[in-house]
Amino acid sequence: MPAAGTPSPPALFRRWLLRRPGRPETAPIELRSRRIYVLPTAGGLSFAIAMLAMLVASINYGLSLGYGLVFALAGAALASIVHAWRNLAGLRIRPGRSEAVFAGETATLHFIIDNPRKARRPALRLKLRGAETAFELGPLQTRAIGIACAAEHRGRLQAGRTVIETRWPLGLIRAWSVFVADVGCVVHPAPEKNAPPLPESPAEQGGGAPSPKAGDDDFAGLRPHQRADSPRHIAWKVLARGGPLMTKQFAGQQGQELSLAWADLPPGLDAERRLSRLSAWLLEAERSGRPWSLALPGTNVPRGNGRSHLLRCLDELAYHEEPDRADGT
Amino acid sequence: MIGGWLKQRATRRRSASAGSALGRRQGAWLLGAAALTMAPHASWLPPWISGLCAALLAWRGLLLWHGRQAPSPWLLLALTAAAAAGVRAEFGHFFGKDPGVALLALLLGLKLLEIRAARDVRAAVMLCFFLQLAIFFEDQSFPVAALALCASLLGLAALVAQADPNGRSGEHLRVAGTLMAQGLPFMLILFVLFPRIDGPLWGLPADAFSARTGLSESMSPGSISALSQSGEIAFRASFAGEIPARRQRYWRGPVLTRFDGRNWQAEPAQEAAVPFHAADGKRIDYTLTLEAHGKRWLLALDFPGATGAALRHTGDFQLLAPRPVRSRVRHELSAHPEAVVGLAETAATLAAARRLPAGFNPRTQALAARLAAGAESHEQILQRAVSHLRNAGLLYTLRPPLLGRDSVDEFLFDSRRGFCEHFASAFTVLMRAAGVPARVVTGYQGGEINPVDGNLVVRQLDAHAWSEVWLGGRGWVRVDPTYLAAPRRIDDGLAAALPAGEALPFTLRAQHDWLRNMRLRWEALSNTWNQRVLGYNPERQRELLSRLGLAPGDAWRLAGMLAAATGVPFLCLILWAGRRRRRSDPLDRAWQALSTKLAARGLARQPWEGPHDYTQRVASAIPELAAAVRAIGVDYASLRYGPHSDSARLAALRKKIDVLRLP
Repeated sequence: MPAAGTPSPPALFRRWLLRRPGRPETAPIELRSRRIYVLPTAGGLSFAIAMLAMLVASINYGLSLGYGLVFALAGAALASIVHAWRNLAGLRIRPGRSEAVFAGETATLHFIIDNPRKARRPALRLKLRGAETAFELGPLQTRAIGIACAAEHRGRLQAGRTVIETRWPLGLIRAWSVFVADVGCVVHPAPEKNAPPLPESPAEQGGGAPSPKAGDDDFAGLRPHQRADSPRHIAWKVLARGGPLMTKQFAGQQGQELSLAWADLPPGLDAERRLSRLSAWLLEAERSGRPWSLALPGTNVPRGNGRSHLLRCLDELAYHEEPDRADGT
Repeated sequence: MIGGWLKQRATRRRSASAGSALGRRQGAWLLGAAALTMAPHASWLPPWISGLCAALLAWRGLLLWHGRQAPSPWLLLALTAAAAAGVRAEFGHFFGKDPGVALLALLLGLKLLEIRAARDVRAAVMLCFFLQLAIFFEDQSFPVAALALCASLLGLAALVAQADPNGRSGEHLRVAGTLMAQGLPFMLILFVLFPRIDGPLWGLPADAFSARTGLSESMSPGSISALSQSGEIAFRASFAGEIPARRQRYWRGPVLTRFDGRNWQAEPAQEAAVPFHAADGKRIDYTLTLEAHGKRWLLALDFPGATGAALRHTGDFQLLAPRPVRSRVRHELSAHPEAVVGLAETAATLAAARRLPAGFNPRTQALAARLAAGAESHEQILQRAVSHLRNAGLLYTLRPPLLGRDSVDEFLFDSRRGFCEHFASAFTVLMRAAGVPARVVTGYQGGEINPVDGNLVVRQLDAHAWSEVWLGGRGWVRVDPTYLAAPRRIDDGLAAALPAGEALPFTLRAQHDWLRNMRLRWEALSNTWNQRVLGYNPERQRELLSRLGLAPGDAWRLAGMLAAATGVPFLCLILWAGRRRRRSDPLDRAWQALSTKLAARGLARQPWEGPHDYTQRVASAIPELAAAVRAIGVDYASLRYGPHSDSARLAALRKKIDVLRLP
């Protein structure tokens, strides 16, 4: 985050109001008792009103046992405050690994939550960015909890302020804690649909002899399937024999290098559409197996090939002129 | 319109709570709580309402069992309307306690069928709680309290099951039990310290205290023998000293002066804060715990002495409460059995005590004339009447035959069978006919001493009627005509006086000694319960608080005390919840101590650092400690990962870490 001096109080307030993510805390984040808050839920308020009505009835009719019943129930509700609080106290949270996605898809952000107590932690809930997931932890259990949230824009998707809460045991009290874990994933620009075919390098086009659409023809071997692989290249025969999901690889011919450049795109395109088209081209290039290089304003990725090269290029697209890059990777 | 609203509501709920409809476990807890809550109500709700509630519960249970969800809202709406109409038809109105409870019970049954979301479960549990409170309108006895407590526990378990649908059922109950147990200190403190307020906050509905058994302001043949079938407790008395003999134990209720030939009625009497008689002679101190009977009389032992409380004495020597006794009350009273009363009785009272309706009981009139003929004094007439009655062959029985217009004549000369009201009525009429002022006194006679706690228990079946005659120079003198025919009624109680084969309350029969014994124990227990728990009223609270050093009306100090006293258990709970178990491994603790010590130099161990890496890093940062720290690292590693570990080496390691001094 670029820290430009001390922010003014209104700015601070706005930041708080808009729930701008704060700095991620160092892992593991331990939910100590002081950062857990408790307040009654709507159900708790209606319970309180019911108790008040019952108390008035007891006073009015002079029911000694009525007093007893009301106070016993109120006592149980008071005890439930402490139980709700204790259900969160001592939990330890670490960031988990979250896979990169394309904009418009759903990212699953992972938290690793550790219960150091020899008791079950029922009815927990994790909330962030309007998404939530319910889970529970067994005694001494450590679990990776994934929470699905929409990845709308390219760049870094940071979990930001995350709320962990519980309404256990009676549903009358909500205990919660807010933390900012360093959980996030890269959101690559959405590949353009029906993108134009890959640009051929000017040298070869100038050579006159149209090279065969290399890269799709010569079967070179199999490798494990990855999410971004085209379904056209899945080795269905292997799968049909009961084997794992594999992707067929095709050898591209040497020398048929692609150079994908921001500058070569039609001038009418705006930045996001350019990134989107480049994203589609990168996927297409990887599918074809041909080596490629990527040139963006200010960044150049030299010629390369394969999965890690693709990811690197996609990351460059994702972070192109994105200030949040400092947080990422 | 309503259909649209219902549909909208249904879809809203469905979308709000996809999948959170009533599960089998929550349902089981909820049904259990509802069933346990409704069970005691069944004995006083109209049968059709109890039946309908049971049917609704069974329906819900069946749906739950087959895993089906609630029936259509239309059906439920129709059922609700029908139930409301039924309640209206049964009670004639919706206001008041009885229709309210009936409506609540039906609503609970219908709510159970309507559950679609978490808040419906909560609402149903709240309804259960309300109905548990409503049980206490009718019955506050110990077993009912225990039942209500169980029902509350199940209600809480239903809430826990709602919050934690994945937990096992046993765990739900365990958590609910823990909450209840931890809530207990709050309950006790609030029960004792929460300010008790006298009297109702607003006018109670007319049916707040439904009909209770007991005496009334009038007496007709059969009215007291009806009471003798009830083993219900009328009041209890605990005496400071010795308990007076049975034949002295006349507890005075309404005094009946006006006679219309069949019924005896009370006449309004003067009231004052002090007795109308000279309270002297032997004095008996006792505490009377009177069950609610909805009337003002306190049934004090003859004859009441002056009291400190705001009680009223009447011209006919009763003791009255300022207001009808609507809940169990306790009074410290005294009695003067030998006091002479009514020496200076007004002429009007005496005239009223001589009045007889004309044209009734001619044979009795004739008998009275014979008895009065030649008598020198009222005493003599009394003697003659007593000896006549003693030899008249009258039989004491609970089942007297029906009497016609001249009831006294028929009793004295034809049937000769009667209960105490016949005896008292006949004797009083006879005395009046002979010109002696006389009246009927109703009340209780005798009572049973519970050997378990030594208290005297007086039941409805001890209800009695006797006579009083006014003699010049002696005032009102008690004459118990029943004693003439059945002395054992007074000396040994009702059961002994009745001929064999008369219907008596089951537990009073002689052949059930063990049963009687158990009953006595039980009643001693419930008396303790009544005194300690139910009898805790504003007055007792003031007593207790002043013993704790709080002046009455010291609201702020009371509030402070209440807050402090509630805070203590809460603090204990927080401490209990916040306690951390110490890391059980001493080796870990020692190793952690090293990191803590070095953290002062920013050299805390990172979670991923092993002993070797960590000590290397420390050694290069603080060369002075290099050797020592490396040695510690080696020791730790060999203790942690080596094949042997022993406490001596652990102690040595701890020592090494202890003596380490940062330069």
